[in-house]
Amino acid sequence: MSYCRQEGKDRIIFVTKEDHEAPSNAELIADDPNDPYEEQGLILPNGDINWNCPCLGGMASGPCGSQFKEAFSCFHYSKEEVKGSECIDHFRNMQECMQKFPELYPQEDEKENAPQKESDSASTAPLDNAASSPDTPTEGPEAS
Amino acid sequence: MLKCRTAWNKLAPLARSSSTVCRRNVRGTGLTNGRTPICVPATHMSSGAGGGGGGGGWDNTIYAVLVGAACVGGMTLTYKTLKEDQRRYEERIAEIASRPHRQEALTSSEPAELEVVPSSEADPTAPEVEVEAEVAPEVEVEAAVAPEVEAVVAPEVEAELIAAPATEAVSPSESTELPPDEPVVEAPPEEAAAAPPVDPPVVEEAESKPSSATFPSHVPYLLIGGGTASFAAARSIRARDPNAKVLIVTEEPDLPYMRPPLSKELWFSDDSSVTETLRFKQWNGKERSIYFQPPSFYIKAEELGSSENGGVAVLTGRKVVHMDVRGNKIKMDDGSEISYDKCLIATGGIPRNLQVIERAGEEVMKRTTLFRKIEDFKALDKVSRNVKSITIIGGGFLGSELACALGRKSSEFGLEVVQMFPEKGNMGKVLPEYLSNWTTERVKREGVKIISEALVKSVSFIDDELEITLKDGRVVKTDHIVSAVGLEPNVDLAKSAGLEVDSDFGGYRVNAELQARSNIWVAGDAACFYDIRLGRRRVEHHDHAVVSGRLAGENMTGTSKPYWHQSMFWSDLGPDVGYEAIGIVDSSLPTVGVFAKATAKDTPKAAAEQSGTGIRSESETEDTATSPVASTSPATVVEHKDDYGKGVIFYLRDKVVVGIVLWNVFNRMPVARKIIKDGEEHADLNEVAKLFNIHED
Repeated sequence: MSYCRQEGKDRIIFVTKEDHEAPSNAELIADDPNDPYEEQGLILPNGDINWNCPCLGGMASGPCGSQFKEAFSCFHYSKEEVKGSECIDHFRNMQECMQKFPELYPQEDEKENAPQKESDSASTAPLDNAASSPDTPTEGPEAS
Repeated sequence: MLKCRTAWNKLAPLARSSSTVCRRNVRGTGLTNGRTPICVPATHMSSGAGGGGGGGGWDNTIYAVLVGAACVGGMTLTYKTLKEDQRRYEERIAEIASRPHRQEALTSSEPAELEVVPSSEADPTAPEVEVEAEVAPEVEVEAAVAPEVEAVVAPEVEAELIAAPATEAVSPSESTELPPDEPVVEAPPEEAAAAPPVDPPVVEEAESKPSSATFPSHVPYLLIGGGTASFAAARSIRARDPNAKVLIVTEEPDLPYMRPPLSKELWFSDDSSVTETLRFKQWNGKERSIYFQPPSFYIKAEELGSSENGGVAVLTGRKVVHMDVRGNKIKMDDGSEISYDKCLIATGGIPRNLQVIERAGEEVMKRTTLFRKIEDFKALDKVSRNVKSITIIGGGFLGSELACALGRKSSEFGLEVVQMFPEKGNMGKVLPEYLSNWTTERVKREGVKIISEALVKSVSFIDDELEITLKDGRVVKTDHIVSAVGLEPNVDLAKSAGLEVDSDFGGYRVNAELQARSNIWVAGDAACFYDIRLGRRRVEHHDHAVVSGRLAGENMTGTSKPYWHQSMFWSDLGPDVGYEAIGIVDSSLPTVGVFAKATAKDTPKAAAEQSGTGIRSESETEDTATSPVASTSPATVVEHKDDYGKGVIFYLRDKVVVGIVLWNVFNRMPVARKIIKDGEEHADLNEVAKLFNIHED
């Protein structure tokens, strides 16, 4: 059973799990997906890639940023049956560039697959761990 | 008073006698047109001396002489006092300036110091000599300033003091001319080494400068300040403007790094070389450095102009002293100028100190830490191993986090940790009273001695210990003080740039798009900006620096987005108490708190383990790119004696939720952000609290 007490201007409510079982009737305003002010996810409403997405980490802004952008753009717009098959050269360029900076791009395969998950939920930017953590800046899917 | 009366009494007979003389003279000269009666003293009262003064010339003279002598004496005294103060002030400046350089042993330092001593002793003796001597040291200090500043980086505070007398940077050639004129060499030994031989100073200064001796004279994107906001902007610019050339100019000797671990994770590290590596292990075992990127990420400043892909370059150890808005250029402390197309000011701030400590003298100041930078962390770590007792003044985020961090070490080092603050409990200005009291109990459990409702009256150094006297009479004896009483935003460039400074919150006043003027943006701790939802404010948190830096960077590349994505902040007070918060979290606002009982899973440690991240604000983003690692810890229910295990606290302003604290409830920030963004009046906040599912993980 929930109970409530007041301490001056502060109100304190204690609730049990059962109290909170019924769905909330609080009304939230619907989000406009095309709101220009909102932070966009990886893919913008017009289909372009949002290079400033926090999920990319430092990939698009580092020393190999332009190679990465070329490779990933090629992959994104690729309409081949095997997506990205024509982009091999770009990926090779990117890999060569990354090999020059082993500190920044620890050599694992995840790096090249970059962010596979395309999400459009708003998120804050961390400034992150491309550098020294053994994982990828994008925390790519562990799959490959 | 009595002296006056006796003086007047003495003067009265004099007046009478002089007036009779006057009368006789008057008669003698034949002025008998009825004026004579006036000369007769009407009364013999003590005030008659004044009345008689009309006829007596003598006492007038004496009166005038006495008054004149008093005036001259008073003015001489005032003059002497002022000159004495000025001399002391300059000595202090010179002394502070010489402090960082004392370690560097120069051969000529000794003769320089010997010469200094007689010069300063000579000063107080005669005012006349003082006048000339004052002019000389003043000029010398100014000259000393320029080469000094060019040499090894001086800590921020000193640099500011030094910059003041020499705003238009004195060029090396001028400085070498002056010292040879003056036989007395000024205090900083470095200057003594540099001054006499004209050629070596130039070489010496060049050698002691940071490695990049050349840098472009024009950059498209110039970022002043090398902290979190600046780095976020650099990344944002590079992401949006391909091949952008970005130059970061920072006073500190370090590349951009993140601050939160300095008062949290770095203290929990088991690694004994943590002060060197600055790497910390996050709860989930992943290790990372506090530096955002290793040095290989950045390109050298010299290469910035020629690099076809652009890049981010960092100039360390440089202070920007002047900003010319009309000419779109800045001037640095060594006199060199850089022009820009777009500029970001992200100068952050410097820690405030209590006036009683500043006035308490050098011995006290030597034992006081103002905690902000990497070097402060290193110094405090060293101190904590060598003293018996540390007192932290301040009960906010920094003070409480440091108290908890040091408290945990207290048993290991045999260290007594005391925390004192004027409020009733820790985070008294942030959390409602009941929660603040609860938090204080937790902090005590970390091994900290809490002295609440404590106002510091004075601090003195007695018997090799610091004695802090509080206004209510309590006395605390300690070996070292950490002063965590707030941050003063750095608005040094406001004057030269003609930028507005906010009088309520401090910092540069910017609009909702973080712009101060065309081509000039401000982000981070130094920006007082307009938040469309919550009004004008200035925020001093890590995530805000990231969000505002990113936004400023975006706007520098051509967009015009306002501050919209609300930043959050968090604090951990030990492994069992942690909270995340968003919006305006001020304990003076009415609050509504909705709580449930906590289980073992509801701790910061568990939250980090589950989401697979270390720093709390990262966990939000990582969600989008990864699938969270499933929690393997069983859900055991832990009974807490206290009531406030986990919950949500809403802060209301005019019935609208303007701030939310998530108490031991993690990964719910997007919901909180949405509620604040909506800005709606909710009739029943319990219903709103349901949105958070506080009973679940």
